[in-house]
Amino acid sequence: MKPKLNASNAVAALMCAALILLPVYSAATGNIFILTLFTRIVIFALAAASLNLIMGYGGMMSFGHAAYLGIGGYAVGILAAEGIGSGFIQWPVALVVSALFALLIGALSLRTRGVYFIMITLAFAQMAYYVASALSRYGGDDGLTVYKRSDFAGLINLSDRNQFYYLCLACLFGGLYLIWRIVNSRFGLVVQGVRSNEQRMQAIGFHANRYRLVCFVISGTICGLAGALLANNTDFVSPAVMYWTRSGDLMVMVILGGMGSLFGPVIGAIVYLLLEELLSQFTEYSGLILGPVLLLIVLFARGGIMGLLGRMRRG
Amino acid sequence: MADPLLRVDNLVRRYGGITATDNLSMEVVPGELHAIIGPNGAGKTTLISQLTGQVMPNSGTITFAGRDVTGLPSYRRSRLGLARSFQITSLLKDFSAIDNVALAAQAHDGHSFRFWGNARKERHLREVARAALERVGLGKRADIVVSQLSHGEQRELELAVALATKPQLLLLDEPMAGLGVTESARMVALLKELRKEVTIVLVEHDMEAVFALADRITVLVYGRVIACGVPDAIRGDEEVKRAYLGEQHAVTRHE
Repeated sequence: MKPKLNASNAVAALMCAALILLPVYSAATGNIFILTLFTRIVIFALAAASLNLIMGYGGMMSFGHAAYLGIGGYAVGILAAEGIGSGFIQWPVALVVSALFALLIGALSLRTRGVYFIMITLAFAQMAYYVASALSRYGGDDGLTVYKRSDFAGLINLSDRNQFYYLCLACLFGGLYLIWRIVNSRFGLVVQGVRSNEQRMQAIGFHANRYRLVCFVISGTICGLAGALLANNTDFVSPAVMYWTRSGDLMVMVILGGMGSLFGPVIGAIVYLLLEELLSQFTEYSGLILGPVLLLIVLFARGGIMGLLGRMRRG
Repeated sequence: MADPLLRVDNLVRRYGGITATDNLSMEVVPGELHAIIGPNGAGKTTLISQLTGQVMPNSGTITFAGRDVTGLPSYRRSRLGLARSFQITSLLKDFSAIDNVALAAQAHDGHSFRFWGNARKERHLREVARAALERVGLGKRADIVVSQLSHGEQRELELAVALATKPQLLLLDEPMAGLGVTESARMVALLKELRKEVTIVLVEHDMEAVFALADRITVLVYGRVIACGVPDAIRGDEEVKRAYLGEQHAVTRHE
């Protein structure tokens, strides 16, 4: 399918161009803050995109997705604390541990549907949160400082603001490309078919849960990568990244941007985190504004921002 | 008589105090069109659902093509060649017609743990799907999203989806439900064609269609088989008349 020229695709293209050129703007104006802010946004966009894979395309409302942010982050932090600074070890470990955790959670929680699924994924994430809080060797409640960012044998310097930003952006674009391929593949069609009508998919010969589980694991793994990036970004990892409100933030980004749309989570992350940042300058209670905004989106624009843009052309 | 393609022995399914399937036994031989009729609540859909594995029986066995399939989940039975259509249309509503059918073909074309290639560009899947759509007269509507199709078209699509799984046995749960006169006539014509290729179990309320199509008819009442035989024998059966046909005035239409 050729990409069509419509409002949502135009916005997606503009957004990508802006993200690519951001460091240039930052250098030209000397505005370092915006680069720092957008590094964070890009990382969360990747996490939200991974959640969108199961939530938007797969119909699995995981309310514990921040757990993988924490697991990826702790993998980097703990290995760094133990003196293993190489990213070539840290990052694969982060991915593998996230994948295994997703496999475990998925295998158990995918036996349930609907509200029970939401609750059980939430419960697992909270368990991860409390386990991390109990890791007294690694800071416990206070978290763990990562004194040195992942070392990639001189190939790339993560302490350089621009290089790190571009690494995050490359991970985001890579993640989106992967998701796009998956969504249009045989596997992706099965997963979306199961979202649409599980009984029908079983009746035509698909073992629905097997496909759901693999999708769940892929999603968790990508989010684990976001976690590894996040720990490097903040030079710190604490149980707070796994707290249920974080999982809620990710869900909000996906819903705000548009579930089941490739670039929806990216625009959702940008809008959500920018709003949060802006509002925090005026009030402590940014939720008072963000809450109603989300309510309006859910009530009047089911497809999120991307859905609204898509409707502009037709309507 | 040839070995039965499908054999049901002493099947029982209870829902609380209600016995929806009551010690039911029946056989379907290869090549026949076997109709199952009965008043509302006779347990026809429950029976079909047990045959395809959506509902598990409390006791009894189901043998398909010489193999005990009683405990198999529905996706495994589908792979063995058992396909069904649903009484209440059950399709992937946000997918196009051809996607619905192509997915059915894909399910029977190796595993689907393929993550990279674009499945909509796999020519053989598309061709099988297109052929199945042509078959049921939906060739021109291939790219329409299911929710935009008319009820009659959705019923035809149900059939195309079942056909794309290359079934040995097709279980049709009221394919005529909710269809108008012309649409019904088209469906009957279509089933007349299909029966030449595949063994069919047809659950249907439309008596005209049933008597026009069936080789044999099984009559269910309260989950029990009260009669089984060729259409003429069923029409003449006193117990059937009392239990069922009289109430629907269907016999008179054929006299």
